[in-house]
Amino acid sequence: MYDRRELIEKAQKAVQKRAVIGPDVDLGEFDSTPVDHKYLSDEEMRSLPLAERQRLLMAGVDVTESERAGTYFQKDTAVVHCSTRQEGIEVIPIREALEKHDWIRDYYWKLVSVDADKYTAAAEMELHNGYVIRALPGSRSIYPIQACLYLDKHGLQQNVHNIIIAEEGSELHVITGCSTSPDLKKGIHVGISEFYIKKNAKLSFTMIHNWAEDMAVRPRSVARVEEGGLFLNNYICMKPVRTLQMYPTTHLVGENAVARMYSIIVGSPDSEYDVGGRIFLKKPGTRAEIVARTISNGGRIISRGHLIGETPDIKAHLECKGLILKGGLIYAVPELEGHVDGVEMSHEAAVGKIAQEEINYLMSRGLSEEEATSTIVRGFLSVDIPGLPPQLQAEIDKAIEMSEKDVM
Amino acid sequence: MLLIEDLQVELAGKVILKHIDLEIKPGETHVLFGPNGSGKTSLLMTIMGYPQYKVTGGRIVFKGVDITHSPINERARLGIGMSYQRPPTIHGLKTRQMVQLCAGDKKVSDVEELAARVHFESFLDRDVNAGFSGGEIKRSELLQLLAQDPDLMLFDEPESGVDLENIALVGHTIATLLQKEIVSTSAKSRLQVLKERTKMGFIITHTGYILDYVDVDKGQVLYNGVLSCSTNPREILRCIGEIGYEECVRCTIDAN
Ligand SMILES: Nc1ncnc2c1ncn2[C@@H]1O[C@H](COP(=O)(O)OP(=O)(O)OP(=O)(O)O)[C@@H](O)[C@H]1O
Ligand SMILES: [Mg+2]
Repeated sequence: MYDRRELIEKAQKAVQKRAVIGPDVDLGEFDSTPVDHKYLSDEEMRSLPLAERQRLLMAGVDVTESERAGTYFQKDTAVVHCSTRQEGIEVIPIREALEKHDWIRDYYWKLVSVDADKYTAAAEMELHNGYVIRALPGSRSIYPIQACLYLDKHGLQQNVHNIIIAEEGSELHVITGCSTSPDLKKGIHVGISEFYIKKNAKLSFTMIHNWAEDMAVRPRSVARVEEGGLFLNNYICMKPVRTLQMYPTTHLVGENAVARMYSIIVGSPDSEYDVGGRIFLKKPGTRAEIVARTISNGGRIISRGHLIGETPDIKAHLECKGLILKGGLIYAVPELEGHVDGVEMSHEAAVGKIAQEEINYLMSRGLSEEEATSTIVRGFLSVDIPGLPPQLQAEIDKAIEMSEKDVM
Repeated sequence: MLLIEDLQVELAGKVILKHIDLEIKPGETHVLFGPNGSGKTSLLMTIMGYPQYKVTGGRIVFKGVDITHSPINERARLGIGMSYQRPPTIHGLKTRQMVQLCAGDKKVSDVEELAARVHFESFLDRDVNAGFSGGEIKRSELLQLLAQDPDLMLFDEPESGVDLENIALVGHTIATLLQKEIVSTSAKSRLQVLKERTKMGFIITHTGYILDYVDVDKGQVLYNGVLSCSTNPREILRCIGEIGYEECVRCTIDAN
């Protein structure tokens, strides 16, 4: 059993520490008392009420587990299902990993600092649970592992810590959804994620968020990619939320490591998003790409991107495109930082509205004005993600399609 | 039938077309000549219904319906289609999807096969018009019209920028679209063939290359905002080449 006393002491000192960016959330408004839920067998999971299954599906979580290599399902603070059907891939609740496996010490809080801010501190001091997904060396998952963090209890503060490890030469795909029950209006999700992509490993991580109007969300994640590794990080959030702030960071620490980050965000009225990412290119031959598509329907979106080139022979590109449909604000903050000769870094940022010329063009092909508009918006949101398995691309397309009616 | 009567059009507060009269009967194709900036594209865009071209007088009637103030998509549904000189790029929309959108309820059963007719198969998975070269845009526009199959087709310089090999392809495709390739056989008299033609065409051209492929019924010249017409398009082309637009309009053709 891992003695976490030192970490907890460190966390204690940061309980009042505000985050560097994003509006401050008063954690006193929420209750972090653990909420018990009964463990579900495969059968029970499949026979969840239809409404609940649908909400899960919208976040990419399929309870029938067809085309899934495994499932981690946490409701409030309790693990309600955890299983894997693919050899070479382990899915373990993090509390269990901390109790039983010594190796977890090499990963737990090794990328994210426990005293970064009050949210990281809370996640350590009152850790509820979270998942550890580990692909053993050389293993290959054909289907993704699905992970779901579900909030059911009104007013809850959910503290989770996730660790994903793609061992040398492995290939792992994870789709993770966060969602809330139809009755929950208010809550906060604090999620720590640490990603380890080892030599020549490949990890795709696709996160779909479906929050509620009065939810606060504070993910904190850091990834480390070794030589020849590939990290694909996709993020989709098309539903309202009160405040969401995250700034995932990736360190490319080995030669020829590659990271690509794609995010699609639709900002609903009264929602505030401060999102983006940062990638450090620390070795020759590393490549990074950050692509963001944001639509504001009256929400406020700050879309950040920061690329840091520390050695020659690196290539990085940032693309930040925003569309203001029904008012609101889009604030694009692209940053490029080249520290030496021989870096190749570029960015492209644009915030605007749908061009009338494009609407007219489609109308002259017989589409109504509404059909033309939605066709253009769908096109705007559709990004081809090189290296993503077609099945996951289809999940993303489906998530976009399901939320489309809310967008228009 | 397309009927335009005494049409006056303003663009950005300036009169660009005045007293335009035009009649295109079912089965007929007209070509339109005129110097740069004379308003040829504007006339086509006005027929298609682009709202920035403000109709301040006269009317446009298509198939007996007054469409002077109809929105673009209603005109498209009535059977008007256009091949553009400079269409916009639509990011994220694949040409393959666009072809299906053009077909509407008809649905294209084999997009590849349709695309093959304009050698465009390898472009189907590219975003509509994204980075297409001048000649590729023309073929893309034709492909969309093949799927849409309108009754009145407005072509804005379909042959400009097209290489010598593709010009025949473009020419024959337009002829097919306009049912000009139906030939009289022993079973079908010339009169019958003419009767069966219902498609109407209006083609802007500077070079007149299209005349080598499409049997055109009339030639029109737009000059100083005014349209003049003649039954012999080749004669107009020769005349413009020899004495210029102004002299040509003044001496050889009657204003209609
Ligand atoms: N947005 C605009 N504001 C003001 N004037 C415009 C605008 N768009 C076009 N024009 C002008 O309207 C006139 C007609 O343009 P149009 O494109 O119809 O010419 P055209 O006959 O098609 O020329 P070309 O042979 O070069 O294609 C031109 O003088 C053009 O500069
Ligand atoms: Mg023109």
